[in-house]
Amino acid sequence: MVLQISAKHVSEIWDEAEAAHPDEACGVIAGAIGSDTPTRHIPMVNAAHSPTFYEFESGDLLRLYREFDDRDEEPVVIYHSHTSTEAHPSRTDIAYASEPGAHYVLISTREEIASRSEFRSFRIIDGVVTEEEVVIT
Amino acid sequence: MSNSGNPTVEVRIPTILRPYTGGAKVVSAQGSTLRDVISDLDGSHTGLAERLLDGGALRRFINLYVNDEDVRFIGGLDLTLKDGDSITILPAVAGGC
Repeated sequence: MVLQISAKHVSEIWDEAEAAHPDEACGVIAGAIGSDTPTRHIPMVNAAHSPTFYEFESGDLLRLYREFDDRDEEPVVIYHSHTSTEAHPSRTDIAYASEPGAHYVLISTREEIASRSEFRSFRIIDGVVTEEEVVIT
Repeated sequence: MSNSGNPTVEVRIPTILRPYTGGAKVVSAQGSTLRDVISDLDGSHTGLAERLLDGGALRRFINLYVNDEDVRFIGGLDLTLKDGDSITILPAVAGGC
């Protein structure tokens, strides 16, 4: 398993996470259904406005999924930042993960590490987390 | 007991719950309230209610919408439905460190 993602999208996600820090940033990159290719970046408001939690606002969530339906898209990447811990799915992340087809990207903006050094991708299926390679194109 | 007097509604099913509906994206169900509709759905798609409810309450990580309104803000599971209402089920996209 591998996530292929453009350098532009990677850079945009970092910009967004650094701007939101110390709160968590979150969003998706949509792609055509079945393509496994993330093409359309949609930053989302973290309705929790929290350094320890993120959640898409419920109205935003509905509009997002309606757009996916209208455009024959799906969430290829679902990303969020951890602002004081490592870029690895937490128990909460695993409990909430509900898109078995998505690449769950986590990045860390914690201050103890070099800036922009932790960008990782995982599959989360039925509570099982599997890390995968990230190829930046 | 016949359901014939009850409103018929359409329910949009998210990807992760489609195994319960044989892959169907939209199913129809009957019931005068959201709670009744979930019960009706569970009759034809066994196990679905358990994924939506916990002890009779909507699970924290499930969002339910009736005609694009989040039911948490408009009456919850006891909301009265009418014929042709459109219900959407969406798991929250959420998490935390």
